[in-house]
Amino acid sequence: MKLSLGPLLYYWSREDTLAFYEEAANWPVDSIYLGETVCSRRHLLRLSDWLELAEKLTAAGKEVVLATQTLIESESDLKALRKLVADGRFLVEANEWGAVRLLAEKGAPFVAGPALNAYNPDTLGLLAELGAKRWVPPVEMPRDMIMSMLASPAVPEALETELFAYGRLPLAFSARCFTARRYNLQKDDCQFRCLDHPDGLTMRTRESEDFLTLNGIQTQSAKVMSLAHRVDELRAAGIDLLRLSPQSRHMGRVVEVFRTLLEGGLAASAVPEKLDKLMPGQPCDGYWLGEAGMAYHPM
Amino acid sequence: MPALLELICPAGSLPALKAAVDNGADGVYLGLKDNTNARNFAGLNFDAKSLTEGIRYAHNKGVKVLMALNTYPQPDTVSRWHQAVDTAATSGLDAIILADPGLMAYARKVHPNLRLHLSVQGSATSYEAVNFYRERFGIQRAVLPRVLSLPQVENVVNNTDVEIELFGFGGLCVMVEGRCLLSSYACGDSPNTFGACSPGHAVRWQQTPKGMETRLNGVLIDRYADDEKAGYPTLCKGRFDVQGETYYALEEPTSLNSMEMLPEMARIGIAAIKIEGRQRSPAYVAQVTQVWRAAIDAVKKDQAAFKPNPAWMAQLNKVSEGSMSTLGAYYRPWK
Repeated sequence: MKLSLGPLLYYWSREDTLAFYEEAANWPVDSIYLGETVCSRRHLLRLSDWLELAEKLTAAGKEVVLATQTLIESESDLKALRKLVADGRFLVEANEWGAVRLLAEKGAPFVAGPALNAYNPDTLGLLAELGAKRWVPPVEMPRDMIMSMLASPAVPEALETELFAYGRLPLAFSARCFTARRYNLQKDDCQFRCLDHPDGLTMRTRESEDFLTLNGIQTQSAKVMSLAHRVDELRAAGIDLLRLSPQSRHMGRVVEVFRTLLEGGLAASAVPEKLDKLMPGQPCDGYWLGEAGMAYHPM
Repeated sequence: MPALLELICPAGSLPALKAAVDNGADGVYLGLKDNTNARNFAGLNFDAKSLTEGIRYAHNKGVKVLMALNTYPQPDTVSRWHQAVDTAATSGLDAIILADPGLMAYARKVHPNLRLHLSVQGSATSYEAVNFYRERFGIQRAVLPRVLSLPQVENVVNNTDVEIELFGFGGLCVMVEGRCLLSSYACGDSPNTFGACSPGHAVRWQQTPKGMETRLNGVLIDRYADDEKAGYPTLCKGRFDVQGETYYALEEPTSLNSMEMLPEMARIGIAAIKIEGRQRSPAYVAQVTQVWRAAIDAVKKDQAAFKPNPAWMAQLNKVSEGSMSTLGAYYRPWK
C-alpha cells in the first residue's frame, strides 16, 4: 500500500501553507493532492501557486494530483475548473460530475474523488470507462461494500482504490458558510475567519460532547477517522493507497506512524499510544465496520 | 411549448396522491416501500396495488406521475433498483427521478423510451454536470440542489436544454443534497444508501429535569424548555455549542418558501416547482397544493402584478416546520 496526503481542507495563511508543503516534500508519502476543494473565496494561493508547488513536489519525487472544487456554484467557479483541467501537466482529482465531463472530453486520466458517490460497480465501471485510473470511495462506505465493489466484473482490475484513512471526515457541503454564521457575518463578507481556525471550529452538543467541526461551507466530524490499527484489514480488502488528511500540527509525525506500520515496524496494538496524542480529536473508525461513523473499536 | 412552472407535489401515500391531484397538481411524485427512494419511512410509500390505483387516479385527471428512485444502489442489492426501474417502465409512469449514473445507464439501455429526470440527490449544481447526464443518458429534466442563488440558476438554464425544476416549498436541507453524511456519521444510516436522514429508529425523546431532550443514537440534538415546542431531531436543525455560545449552528428549524420569487422563476424559464413533503399528511398536501396552484396561476396570468397573497402565506406558515420560512439560498444573504 502507498500513502497519500489528501488535499488541504482548511484555510491557512500563505506562509503556513507553503511551509507545510515544503516539509511534506520530505515526508514518506507517495502522492500529494493539491488545490482548494472547499471554498472558492479562499484565494491566498492561486492556481499558478498550486502549479508551482506541484512542480516542486514532483521534482522531490512525489506524484502530484490537483483536486477540483467540490461545490460548483458560479460561472467563475467553472472558469477556474476549466483552467485547472486545461493545464494538463498533472493528474486531476474530479470532485463533481462537471469535472468528470471536462476531463473525459479531454481524454485525460483522473482520480474519481470521494464526493462523486460511486456506490455501486456500474457507476464505478462508468467512471473507469470515462478515464478514472483511481477512485476514492464515499467516506461512509464500509469494508464489505468496498470488497464487493472490487470483486465485480464491472470494475477493471487496474483501477486503484484510495481510502480516506486518517483525518476529520468531510461529511457535508452547503451553500452556507457556517464559520461566517458563527460570527454573524454573511458569506460574501466573511472576513476570511477560517484563517483563525486552522483545524476548523468544534461544534459541541449541549452536554459538551465534541460532535462536528465547522470548516467554512464544509462540515466535518469532530472525531478523527483513523484506520491505522487496521492496516492488515485494509491490505486484505485490496486498498492501494491510504489518504491522510492534513491537520495543522504533527502531520509529519502522523505520516511517520503510518509509514512505520506499512513497513511492519509497529504492532496494531501499539497504535493508540503513538497516534492518539497527535490527533486534534478522539479517534473513530465506525464507517469501516458498517456502523455509525463516530463509533470506535480499538483492536 | 416547453413546460413552465408545472406544480409537482409529494405523494407519500394514496390519500396524499389524491389530495394533490384534486387540488391542482400538474404532477405528483412518489416512491416504493423500500430504500430505493429518499423517504424510506415506515408507513409511507406505494406497493404494486396502490401504485396501479394511484396512476389510474392521476392519469384520469390528466396529472403526471413521477417515481423517485433517488438513492444510490449498492453492490449486493442493485437488482432491487433495477426491478424498481422495470416496474416504473411497465406501469405507465411518466418519468423516473434518478440520482445514480449507473442506474441511469441501466434505464437508458433497457427502457430507452422511459423519461429520465435527474434527482436533487444527484448534486448537480452546474450546467457542466447537468449536460453530462444529458449527453450520456438523455435526461430531460434536472432538479437543482437548494444551494444556488437565482442568478446562478438562470446561468444553468441558459446553458442547457435540460428542463430545470426547483424546490418551491417545504423542508429545507441546508446541505447539498446527495453530499451530506451527517446522519450516517451519527447513526449509521444516510439518505444516500438508506433513504432517510435522522431516521425514526435512532430517535429518542426524553423528559428530564433540564427539559425535553431529543437524541439521535444517543447524541443530544436539542433540549427544550417547558415553554418551547420540541421539534423532530433532524441533526442539522438542533442547537449546539460553538466557542461557548449555544445556537442553531447550522440551520433553524425552518421551511423553504420561495413564493415571492415565482415571477422571476417564470421569467428565467423554470420548468417545474417541486413541493417537498412525502412524509407529511394528506391534509398538508391538499393545503399546500391549493395555495401553490393559485399562486402559479396568478403568476402565469400577470407576472408583473404578482404579489404573494397574505392569506396564502399565512396558510403556508401554519404548516411550516417551526412555523418559520426562508428564501434559502435563492436569496444570497442567507448564505
